[in-house]
Amino acid sequence: MSSTVERRTDAARSRRPRTILARAPQPDRRRRGRLGRSGRESLTGWLMVSPSLVLIALFGLVPVLWSFALSFQQNDLQTPGTWVGLKNYERLSQDPQFWDSVRRTVEYTVLFVPSTLVLSLLAAAALNRRIRGITVYRLAVFIPVVTSTIATGVIFSWLLDPDYGLVNATLSKVGLPTFEFFASPTQALPAVVLMTVWGWIGFGALIFLAGLQGIPTDLMDAAQIDGCSTRGAFWRIQVPLLRPVSGFLLVWLTINALQLFDEVYATTKGGPSRATTVVVYYLYDQAFKFFHAGYAAAIAVVLFVAIAAVTALQLRITREEPTPQEGRR
Amino acid sequence: MRTRPSAWHLALVPIALLMAVPLLWMLVTSLSTLAETRRFPPSLPSHLEWANYATAWTDSPFARWMLNSSVVSVTCVVSNIVLCSLAGYAFARLRFRGSQLAFLAILATLMVPFQVVMIPTLLIVKHLGLVDTLPALILPNLVTAFGIYLMRQFFVSLPVELEEAALIDGAGRVRILARVLMPLMGPPVATVAVLTFLSVWNDFLWPLVVTSSPEVMTVQLGLSTFQSSHFTNWPVLMAGTLMSQLPVLILFVAGQRFFVSSIANTGIK
Repeated sequence: MSSTVERRTDAARSRRPRTILARAPQPDRRRRGRLGRSGRESLTGWLMVSPSLVLIALFGLVPVLWSFALSFQQNDLQTPGTWVGLKNYERLSQDPQFWDSVRRTVEYTVLFVPSTLVLSLLAAAALNRRIRGITVYRLAVFIPVVTSTIATGVIFSWLLDPDYGLVNATLSKVGLPTFEFFASPTQALPAVVLMTVWGWIGFGALIFLAGLQGIPTDLMDAAQIDGCSTRGAFWRIQVPLLRPVSGFLLVWLTINALQLFDEVYATTKGGPSRATTVVVYYLYDQAFKFFHAGYAAAIAVVLFVAIAAVTALQLRITREEPTPQEGRR
Repeated sequence: MRTRPSAWHLALVPIALLMAVPLLWMLVTSLSTLAETRRFPPSLPSHLEWANYATAWTDSPFARWMLNSSVVSVTCVVSNIVLCSLAGYAFARLRFRGSQLAFLAILATLMVPFQVVMIPTLLIVKHLGLVDTLPALILPNLVTAFGIYLMRQFFVSLPVELEEAALIDGAGRVRILARVLMPLMGPPVATVAVLTFLSVWNDFLWPLVVTSSPEVMTVQLGLSTFQSSHFTNWPVLMAGTLMSQLPVLILFVAGQRFFVSSIANTGIK
């Protein structure tokens, strides 16, 4: 038991003359006598954390264990479940629809993550200027961050309407081919990518901008004096220094890509011909449309493992790469 | 910098426009007539059709949805501020047996995506007899592990000396927290408030799973049902969508600097 917290408090205590504290007036002498000072602190501590602890146990910890238990059951959400051992997982391994949903999720992630990363880096680079009107530009780029996923879905189903949508109208006006977007089995997933990239660029740009502003300006000034162009300095100095930020974003975007659901629900409902039925959508269908809660729990466990693995892998990669500042370890 | 500032405007105008067009087009459509949205190519409306907003409001339990969202969000914001500061303070300052384990257990829940716990959470709410009620929407969001972590970090960074005088005067921990420390907690309290409001107001999957009656729905869920029943009436749907985002947009524009820093520093969408 020697956390930073406690060491801090210990240090603070030893600095304080104990005699003063001992002589300090105590409002409730009887209770003090029964429990002692540390006993009273312990009681206060538990009283202060218990509401949070109970809620988090009830809605965070218990459900995780329950999810694992459910994945070994047959359960319809109505009647008590029956234990079926590994049957759900066996079925999962042979379920072509599940593997299709996995394939689509991977496809989506591979399209979504790199494009969001690159575009938000470029947006952040452009927004990192002290020029007139920059607040307005930043506002425009950041507003999608607070726009709900459902509103995003509703807005894009209108923008990408094959017949009356603004996007097709603009494309045909400049003589480009138009698209079916959400209505076509081959174009629906790329359309979802387009929509979610729009929704996340602002978030990425925000994180990158915070990173850029954390880079000392004298580094850039030195580069300028050495005759480096703005663009050269960006790619050779700023981008390498942003590696920890990029690593964080990479993990964060991937985790969120694997959990895609809301935008799909608001636009295609998994269609057309299941073209946008990603893993979480499949999970939702299994649990709440077909009432296969045990089977859905097995999918949830697989999703959990996948997300944990991706996180661990990416954290390891980003941690092991030496940044220019640190040099080699 | 070598590049002239005006050159950056050339890059920034298209970026900003591309990002803003979807939202601007929502605004334009919400003020068009139905006939105007069926024209090709689309054009700006000839006059501002404010009636769409009234239609969205009266054609559905829209007022009810907005009220539900407000009640749920505000309750969760207040309770997160109170519970996260209490727990954060205790974890930062008080020594009690098992506090390490409790804190680790709380942190562990941060790594679990909601979809993983969604089904058991529904079963728990069901056992409590709360399915399709507002408490079902509120209960799981009353406190967040992230908020506790954030508050604890902030309390750890405050000098202990601040509390000593009050301790010597015999003030209890709760009084110290409320009177001495909370007035200094503006930034973390605002961060917890912003992030809680944003995530609860914009949440979709949990309301979708746990509610079914129109009078219990939040505005995000209402919007999605509205969408299927008004699929062709784009102006009304866009008016509804805009109204559903209004509280968040107003907060964002009013407190832009703060919103942006709280999201950038904590990395939460």
